[in-house]
Amino acid sequence: MIWALILLPFGLGVCALLTKNQSLQKYLLFGGALSHLILTISVWQKPPPAVLWGWLAIDPPGLLFLTITCLLFLLVSIYEFGYFEHLENDTEENMDVLIFPSIHTKSLFIGCQLFFLSAMTLVTLSQHLSLMWVAIEATTLASAPLIFFHSSPRSLEATWKYLLICSVGIALALLGTFFLSIAATKPDGSQTNLVFGNLLSNADHFNSQWLKAAFILMVVGYGTKMGLAPMHTWLPDAHSESPSPISALLSGALLNCAFLGIFRVYEICHKANLGAFANDIMLALGIVSLVVAAIFILGQSDYKRLLAYSSVEHMGLLALGLGFGGIGVFGSMLHALNHSITKASLFLLAGIILINYHSKKASDVQGILTRSKALGLLWLFGFLSISGSPPFGLFLSEITIVKSGFDQGRFIIASLSLGLLVIIFIGMATVFLNMTQPQPVLKSEKIHTPPPLRLKPSMLYPPVLLLLLSLVLGIYLPGWMKDLLVNIARQ
Amino acid sequence: MKVQLLLILVLLTNLKLLGSSRLGSSIRTVAIQGSLLGLLPLFIELDSLNWRVMTLAIGTVFLKGFVFANLLFRAINVANVNREVQPFAGYVSSLLYGIVALIVSFWLGQILNLGQLSYSPLIIPVSFFGIFSGLFLIVSRRRAISQVLGFLVLENGVFTFGAGIIKMTSLLVEIGILLDVFVAILVMGITVFRISQECDHIDTDKLITLKD
Repeated sequence: MIWALILLPFGLGVCALLTKNQSLQKYLLFGGALSHLILTISVWQKPPPAVLWGWLAIDPPGLLFLTITCLLFLLVSIYEFGYFEHLENDTEENMDVLIFPSIHTKSLFIGCQLFFLSAMTLVTLSQHLSLMWVAIEATTLASAPLIFFHSSPRSLEATWKYLLICSVGIALALLGTFFLSIAATKPDGSQTNLVFGNLLSNADHFNSQWLKAAFILMVVGYGTKMGLAPMHTWLPDAHSESPSPISALLSGALLNCAFLGIFRVYEICHKANLGAFANDIMLALGIVSLVVAAIFILGQSDYKRLLAYSSVEHMGLLALGLGFGGIGVFGSMLHALNHSITKASLFLLAGIILINYHSKKASDVQGILTRSKALGLLWLFGFLSISGSPPFGLFLSEITIVKSGFDQGRFIIASLSLGLLVIIFIGMATVFLNMTQPQPVLKSEKIHTPPPLRLKPSMLYPPVLLLLLSLVLGIYLPGWMKDLLVNIARQ
Repeated sequence: MKVQLLLILVLLTNLKLLGSSRLGSSIRTVAIQGSLLGLLPLFIELDSLNWRVMTLAIGTVFLKGFVFANLLFRAINVANVNREVQPFAGYVSSLLYGIVALIVSFWLGQILNLGQLSYSPLIIPVSFFGIFSGLFLIVSRRRAISQVLGFLVLENGVFTFGAGIIKMTSLLVEIGILLDVFVAILVMGITVFRISQECDHIDTDKLITLKD
């Protein structure tokens, strides 16, 4: 079962690369995503046994991120049916934004998405820290060709930064993994293998100096990939230049995978009585991420970059939740779930706006509400959800995280983060509200009604579904999901 | 003793890279460094050679010594760029940086104690020097290819450390890591090629469209 989860998308990816039939490629993507989701649901019902000497197994945090990943992937694959139709029909008018790629790059695009899914699945299932490193690096490599899909100079620049910055960061995480294996060596010279459960049960014997160094290196390394400031510099470029469905996957699924990497070492540190040390580092990175996000969100003119910086903000909140500890860990996990759902829906909506307005500049996009009530309302709901307004899910998780800060006596950091959240809310509100409202018309100007927006149902349903889900999670957290999150936090 | 010699040679290749002005010779130096590192596990485990170490050594020498150099040479030929590395920091200041980095690396080697795990007191200094050199090459050179080389040098530094604790890692992981690095170089090479096609240059200081 575990092998099927990893190998199925990989195999279909190879098929997609080999086939030349365009409609078959789309169905391969959809079929791969659907069967992957079905497999994941069956994992929920009956956890499969571990394979490969316990290196690959499913545990609560892995299951949470696996579920998020395959849910998003399925919805994105549905969205792409409409997205490709647009690309095929709009070659003439959209040359500046969307360059229609050749058949060859399209099969590469579909194939790499499936490889990407396979690599992310491997991250969530890896119980061995080195294997997890291999998987996280594989996600970088599988997603790089997705970012340069349009092969414009801008997307190439974004790809280059993404590849180089993430690879360097991840190389440091590898050094951290080696350090960890030294820390795990017992005084008599015998070794503990890097299987996660094994490390946890032996953690109290670890050499704390090496473990500290390992934690710093791994947090810096995986933090680069997760988009924690000040290592976030690749993130706004990659998220804004990649095709919108890919931005949704990067932000909703990939960042979580890196977060999972950090969470694993965080747990080891806690078991090894270095909890306070790990918490302080997470708090520092979290608050810096919030500050950076607030600075760049205020006055941001590109709405996809705005969403990207909002991802930096939410990754900062995840780090803060871990740093506060206690119920904050539960809050972080819930927040990761809510953020993925909401941010993916926003990027998918941004894709629809981009196709209709041909510009990523927020000032070029005005009056969405007058041109399409549905899209305008969705965009507004998305804004309310991402900024943590009740009754959406992010409100609940943000409150949990900040409250845990006050509970743990971290008053300054908790109130500082509240203040920064307000600033970010204002910054995002300006952009979102300006985009939905029509431009004020002078009396002398002739009023012309702009053409209605072209909305394909296949592109509209996935974000609608995600927003609904985010609403539901804010009102009612199902028992099985709550149990899973509590299990993760208790570990 | 042979391990020491190998490590010192690796260290010298890093110094050569910091002072070298031609792309071609830099690529060759990195290839030599990679082959030396591929031999490292062999010499470390000389008394207890097994197929695991052999596979790893052969794989490393093949990839780091030949395949990567080949890919990079192909990329600069196709991209048709001028063969100068064009540093932001001059060669003399690069070498001065190298000396400082070397001192810091040996100091770190003093602090971090591998204890009985270590095969050679040089493992940690050489590894850190590789990492520092790699990072410096990435930030101080203009050509995208030089940055790929910098990444390789950085990775070689990490690999040196990994070879030092070879007994603790398993073959599957090592192969996974090698495979990842291979694909990384491949994807980076293709990206460099695409940049040269789209933008008529591979100078990373001209990649400044995306900013806030």
